[in-house]
Amino acid sequence: MAAASSAAVAPPVYHDTAVRLFALAAVLWGVVGMLVGVVIAAQLTWPELNFGIPWLSYGRLRPLHTNAVIFAFGGCVLFATAYHVVQRTGQTKLFAPGLALFTFWGWQLVILLAAITLPLGITSGKEYAELEWPIDLLIAVVWVSFAIVFFGTVGTRKVRHIYVANWFFGAFIIAVALLHIVNSAAMPVSLTKSYSAYAGVQDAMVQWWYGHNAVGFFLTAGFLGMMYYYIPKQAGRPVYSYRLSIVHFWALIFTYMWAGPHHLHYTALPDWAQSIGMIFSLVLLAPSWGGMINGIMTLSGAWHKLRDDPILKFLIVSLSFYGMSTFEGPMMSIKTVNALSHYTDWTVGHVHSGALGWVGLISMGCLYHLIPRMFGRTEMYSRRAIEIHFWIATLGIVLYIAAMWIAGVMQGLMWRAVNPDGTLVYSFVESVKATFPFYVVRLAGGLLYLGGMLLMAWNVVMTVRSGQVRPAPIPAVAMAHA
Amino acid sequence: MDILYLLIPLSSVLVLGIVGVFAWALHRGQFDDIEREGERILDETQVASVSTPEQSRNV
Repeated sequence: MAAASSAAVAPPVYHDTAVRLFALAAVLWGVVGMLVGVVIAAQLTWPELNFGIPWLSYGRLRPLHTNAVIFAFGGCVLFATAYHVVQRTGQTKLFAPGLALFTFWGWQLVILLAAITLPLGITSGKEYAELEWPIDLLIAVVWVSFAIVFFGTVGTRKVRHIYVANWFFGAFIIAVALLHIVNSAAMPVSLTKSYSAYAGVQDAMVQWWYGHNAVGFFLTAGFLGMMYYYIPKQAGRPVYSYRLSIVHFWALIFTYMWAGPHHLHYTALPDWAQSIGMIFSLVLLAPSWGGMINGIMTLSGAWHKLRDDPILKFLIVSLSFYGMSTFEGPMMSIKTVNALSHYTDWTVGHVHSGALGWVGLISMGCLYHLIPRMFGRTEMYSRRAIEIHFWIATLGIVLYIAAMWIAGVMQGLMWRAVNPDGTLVYSFVESVKATFPFYVVRLAGGLLYLGGMLLMAWNVVMTVRSGQVRPAPIPAVAMAHA
Repeated sequence: MDILYLLIPLSSVLVLGIVGVFAWALHRGQFDDIEREGERILDETQVASVSTPEQSRNV
């Protein structure tokens, strides 16, 4: 790459408008999505809270919750951090900043349309891909624009080496485009109704090929990219082993694609396909733990920072939850374990140990690092509030997942219990009744987690109000690198 | 399971693509001086980090 022209009239600056907008939107959607989560947790505990109003019924609010937390909250965090990291590591400004702003407004429109159509009951019925075909088309357009901005910026970078975080972001962008387009293929019959291009077990296979890789690429690869940039930055130390981070990347993307069938154990899917899904899921443990250890060991020799810095607490504890859920996941994919766990609340607990623990905490940690820097400050308005947020969020997660573990194993055991004469010991509703106290505990955990998010929203508002938008100059690529 | 006639070729093409990108990265020297690359993002901090105007004048 050519040496950057030194004596420029005005020094070039990073394009951070889209980063700022996405970061603030992430906080807003985090509050909304988690609030809906708390509402549906309460509805499961006390069904009267459905109020007999169809738009507020659990079946419609549940996809609203998943879409809001995954695609609105998680998605905005991913956009913000991808645009930030790719510029800083490449020491170059965003390629097509206008298109980046288009991705912001387009993505907000997708979120708005989801918030309208899902309560109306307009859905394609595919889990995590419920939105109907016109919205799917909009998502595809926004996503392709995202890819153009991101890869355009990588292509115009001033640093020869592509930092590992960008590999994770790049893989996430390509994989999600592919998954979305293949899984959402449908035949429209009207503006609000379409039928999947696949039928029966074929549809189920495509759906969970999509569904699991949505977890693998949307909720894992992209957030690992964040991990590899923001943990070293916040800790002020390079990642423990950069070599391992490269191995982590290639191992993860080679193995993730075939884990999907473990969602279809003991269904019409052929046994051998189920077994392949199980084997690939078990293999995934290795790269996942390699990455987790690599991230945590970044603090090796500087563990005291963990005591003093609440943002590092978020980042490192999120990796512990990543390690926990990537151990639990492969275990649950073993068919004999799955025979007990499938369809119970254990699955819900597993998802939330990943969602609240890994995705949520790492997002919050990265936003706490990013937002003050985007508004001309070095720190958030209140450091104490970050510390409190960390502890109530962690307590909320522990309550949530412990309640769901106990409830799930109990349900599994009750459903499989048989009398000597072969009849079932318990009716289904008895297992629902027995779950009640655990639903209350789960709701308490969710309320704590939401409370932490509200505290964060307050802290962000105060930070933005006391900060100012100042363009950040791009440093000249001075170091004589190869 | 006709769907496998779509998903298996798709995954195979993808794996070939990944191998191709990996080969590109290898031959373009992306992995040559690997541990130093991990430290570079920290060097950039001192110059690039937003905040103080003093710092931006140094650039």
